[in-house]
Amino acid sequence: MILENFFVLTLIKVAVVAFVLLTTLAYLQWIERKVIAHVQLRVGPYRVGPHGLLQPLADVVKLITKEGLIPSHVNRLFYLLAPFVAVALALTSIAVIPFGPQITIGPVTTWMQLTDLRIGVLFVLAVSSIGVYGVALGGWASNNKYSLLGGLRSSAQMISYELPLALAVAAPLLLTNTLDFRDIVNYQSGYWLGFIPRWNLFPEILGFIVFLIAGFAETNRVPFDLPEAENELVAGFHTEYSSMNFAAFFMAEYANMVTVTAVATLLFLGGWTPPFPEPYSDFIPIILFALAGLVALYHGLNPVRRMDKFTLPATALVFLGIAAIFGLSLFVPVAKAILMALFWFCGKILVLLFVFIWVRATLPRFRYDQLMRFAWTGLFPLSMFNLLVTSLVVALTSK
Amino acid sequence: MPLNAAVPLSWYLILSAILFALGVAGFIFRRNIITVFMSIELMLNAVNLSFVTFSYQFKQVDGHIYSFFVMVVAAAEAAVGLAIILTVFKNRATLMIDEVNSMKY
Amino acid sequence: MTALIFFIFAGIAVFCGINLVVQTHPIASALSLVGVMGSLAVLYLQLGGEFIAMAQVIVYAGAIMVLFVFVIMLLNAGAEATTFQVSRFVKYLGAILLAAFLGLISLMIQSTLPRTEGVLFGAWQGTTLDVGRKLFTAYLLPFEVTSVLILIAIVGAIVLARKEI
Repeated sequence: MILENFFVLTLIKVAVVAFVLLTTLAYLQWIERKVIAHVQLRVGPYRVGPHGLLQPLADVVKLITKEGLIPSHVNRLFYLLAPFVAVALALTSIAVIPFGPQITIGPVTTWMQLTDLRIGVLFVLAVSSIGVYGVALGGWASNNKYSLLGGLRSSAQMISYELPLALAVAAPLLLTNTLDFRDIVNYQSGYWLGFIPRWNLFPEILGFIVFLIAGFAETNRVPFDLPEAENELVAGFHTEYSSMNFAAFFMAEYANMVTVTAVATLLFLGGWTPPFPEPYSDFIPIILFALAGLVALYHGLNPVRRMDKFTLPATALVFLGIAAIFGLSLFVPVAKAILMALFWFCGKILVLLFVFIWVRATLPRFRYDQLMRFAWTGLFPLSMFNLLVTSLVVALTSK
Repeated sequence: MPLNAAVPLSWYLILSAILFALGVAGFIFRRNIITVFMSIELMLNAVNLSFVTFSYQFKQVDGHIYSFFVMVVAAAEAAVGLAIILTVFKNRATLMIDEVNSMKY
Repeated sequence: MTALIFFIFAGIAVFCGINLVVQTHPIASALSLVGVMGSLAVLYLQLGGEFIAMAQVIVYAGAIMVLFVFVIMLLNAGAEATTFQVSRFVKYLGAILLAAFLGLISLMIQSTLPRTEGVLFGAWQGTTLDVGRKLFTAYLLPFEVTSVLILIAIVGAIVLARKEI
């Protein structure tokens, strides 16, 4: 039947993933602003919708309807090409990320992944290598000294940190012996001593830390965001961009963040495998969401602000509803497989994204020469050392 | 030709020859030293395509490994060549190969 | 499917190659070369070279060409002024001779290659496992020598680009 045709199935999956991803990118910005605000003891977006939940919508409307000004002395082709390349490549690397195991919905059996490449890890590295062009061209095409400097510095930073990133990725590949993301996650299923998960995090803790730090630098986030900081170099390589072009660079940065955290989860944190053995870990989503709902309900009964009399009980109802869905899905195996895999995978990604946002709220930024010195004399020898120790241990203990 | 037909191997080699000829043309006719260098890289890419094609013909991965070594040598050559170009630019303030025509200036 | 992909990406490769030779600004030539490398990577995937395709994108298009683009931006290389004029007759004669030469080469290649099976997408895959195995057993010496070569290139580039020259 038509649904079993590979192309139709992939198109449906692409539509679902694209919709979810673009909504997530918009609300990731809301989460970031709220978290940074609460770290700095203020409230964040509050007025547009209940607790600022419609702020991303307002931002999107503003960016779309703003005047798209193309300055007269820019190189038009490259000026318009740069954000296109940045966004297209940032969204392409989601194609090889698996979200869960094989599922069977009715007559259709499919993987929760857009394409199952045998060389998935290399594909993600390749796409992030080409993503440097978006930044470099954007800086150069703007015909502006500050943009050029910002673009050059940013792209030099990105290619310098690709090296520790690739070496940190190579170490768990020595353990798993495959470049396919799905096989890497299947290698990490199972438990030592019955309750410690076989994630690559435990033998490769140094590799995980190196990967995260290199991931911060690859996505131009604090503490490595000197090339695009607001109080240095005007705004770096996206100074001359406005409205949708600027929104494209913004989206590309958040999509890169999602890709880096997704790859870190798949390589080091076991993807969608739960941290406890199977029958006990099914209750964790129910318990978490029910607790969140009860806390919201408690605060909703004696609210501090007037609007909270309505919004907090509504939030409590939503959370208790999600807990009920998780509870009901325990009786339907198809829904259980999908929901549990999605919960653990997205939960781990959200924890890592929270670490990204937490670091942005907390740390000051590196000066540019400190940044480059840290890459070449600090992170690169560390990742080489990690790779050497891993290969020594694998060589001595295999056969 | 029908869309599901197999592509004859000679077509890949003809494409490699065309790209190599374009690289030679760029090397001879262009005067900006960076463009000349990029024509050399185009020639190396054409040779890589030949290697991978013949590796498909014999169903062995040796062609891929030779191609990998060509890439590594091209990387080393690009690094040193661009450093030389930077030095020439620093001393002669020009990127046109016609103007770098005397040993002492 | 194989023939369609071959025609599309071979066409892109030839177009970008001609663009490289014809464009006056070095940045346009550099980006055309990136286009050539990308389409060649797709052709390598078709020929079963998955590792080489990804290595082409990561190393060639993602690192070497970025270095070229950096140098062009740093040196602020402008568009090249064409000062040698050739008459239109010579240009047309050159194009005809080039086409004739390429036709001759194509005929030679087509006649000497045995008429075995053609290339089908997925008929043979040179997996990364095979490449890695051969690289570390049969070609170990060239592998180590190229690593020393890269070290020499790094030292040479740093010495050449220092300030006191």
